[in-house]
Amino acid sequence: MLTIEASTQEQQEQIGAALAAVCPTNCVIYLKGDLGAGKTTLVRGFLRGLGYQGAVKSPTYTLMEPYEIGDRHCYHFDLYRLADPGELEYLGLRDLLTSDAVLLFEWPDRGEGELPNADLEVAIQYQKQGRLLALVANSIPGKAVLEALSGKLP
Amino acid sequence: MLVLGIETSCDETGVALCDSEKGLLGHVLHSQIEVHAEYGGVVPELASRDHVRKTLPLIEQLLDQTGVQKQQIAGIAYTAGPGLVGALLVGAAIGRSLAWALQIPAIGVHHMEGHLLAPMLELDRPAFPFVALLVSGGHTQLIEVKGVGQYRMLGESLDDAAGEAFDKTAKLLGLPYPGGPELARLAESGDPERFRFPRPMTDRPGLDFSFSGLKTYALNTLQTEMEGLAEDGLRQQLRADISRAFEDAVVDTLVIKCRRAIKQTGAKTLVLAGGVSANRRLRASMQGVMQKAGGQAYYPRPELCTDNGAMIAYAGLQRLLAGQHEPLTFAARPRWPMTELASLV
Repeated sequence: MLTIEASTQEQQEQIGAALAAVCPTNCVIYLKGDLGAGKTTLVRGFLRGLGYQGAVKSPTYTLMEPYEIGDRHCYHFDLYRLADPGELEYLGLRDLLTSDAVLLFEWPDRGEGELPNADLEVAIQYQKQGRLLALVANSIPGKAVLEALSGKLP
Repeated sequence: MLVLGIETSCDETGVALCDSEKGLLGHVLHSQIEVHAEYGGVVPELASRDHVRKTLPLIEQLLDQTGVQKQQIAGIAYTAGPGLVGALLVGAAIGRSLAWALQIPAIGVHHMEGHLLAPMLELDRPAFPFVALLVSGGHTQLIEVKGVGQYRMLGESLDDAAGEAFDKTAKLLGLPYPGGPELARLAESGDPERFRFPRPMTDRPGLDFSFSGLKTYALNTLQTEMEGLAEDGLRQQLRADISRAFEDAVVDTLVIKCRRAIKQTGAKTLVLAGGVSANRRLRASMQGVMQKAGGQAYYPRPELCTDNGAMIAYAGLQRLLAGQHEPLTFAARPRWPMTELASLV
């Protein structure tokens, strides 16, 4: 497990960008944390790190926002509004599982049983000041990402 | 010309009949109580996107209600985007094939163009050109509108939509999700002087919005002030005061940006559309600002603020009247910048 402190929104974005720099083209990442913890902020940093310039909007309403950055594909999910994991079928998730893409899931608990296994889990917790991020690897590629990431952090 | 409109881009299934001479003949939404009863209770959030089960029975209900025969319909409009591809494809497939069966033209409509033109369904309707503020759970956009299909994006939200910020802050305050309207009700009994929340991105030029930070601000205020507060009445008052401060901040921010957009474009008319445009305080503030500027604000009746088939029928009617229509194929466009739309002339 790797824990990182972020005291500002900018630092949160920087961590996202650092993660993107070491992330393979094919990866599943779960993002856990309460409303306002900064899950979308982390994803914004991740996408910026890959060179995406446009607005990174919260996918709460659309449930999924796709991004094509050069030859990289990323899908940002927010399952907050899911009432039943079976509803993931409506999002065409199955087609994405076979593609070479990074899948980032906010509120993965709501999709339990229907989601691909995570290579990496990021849990974001409120601190008195800022946030505490705990990253756990669940696969061999995930472990490699964590190792590379810990070498990149100050 | 009588047009059937079909809206299936998100959670609601909506159908409507709109006539070029007689206006809106009728519209039906799946969320209506009698429809719920027909299907046995409220359908969950996403299963409600099972538009397949609902669209045809809704069309039949609409024809029944209005006394219109299928053969009288002269064109069909369906939402072609933006939205969820699966949901969109249902409306597009039904709309396109129904039009083929009836041997009438079909047109794919942009969902946001529907919202934008919804105030045109009212008797007291705005004239072009105008500035439109589209505010809903999924969108916060400022658009300059010179005519049907002539749109220029002036600004939009860079993170959370205004309605989304309402819903999430409501949740943080312990209200059920989505609780935007409940938050607004709670704000009624809140003290406007107790807290002052920031007005995001108003201290710099530009017409973009950012509402994500406000919910964190509300949460921090709640946590700090709640500490040591044991009495239920005081806790409830705190929630009301935070609701009020939050609502004032969102409304103020929207008003400041609209005033800027009006100044920048020289428009005299402002159109409010989308779910959040039903917010009472927003309507009142916006009307006040426009009157002071010697202009006027327009908004559709509350039932046409949220997603509905009527706005799709109306927007489609304008395009069909101008001779636009689809080939014998159909497509959905989940991402579809409104600025790519064709003008009527």
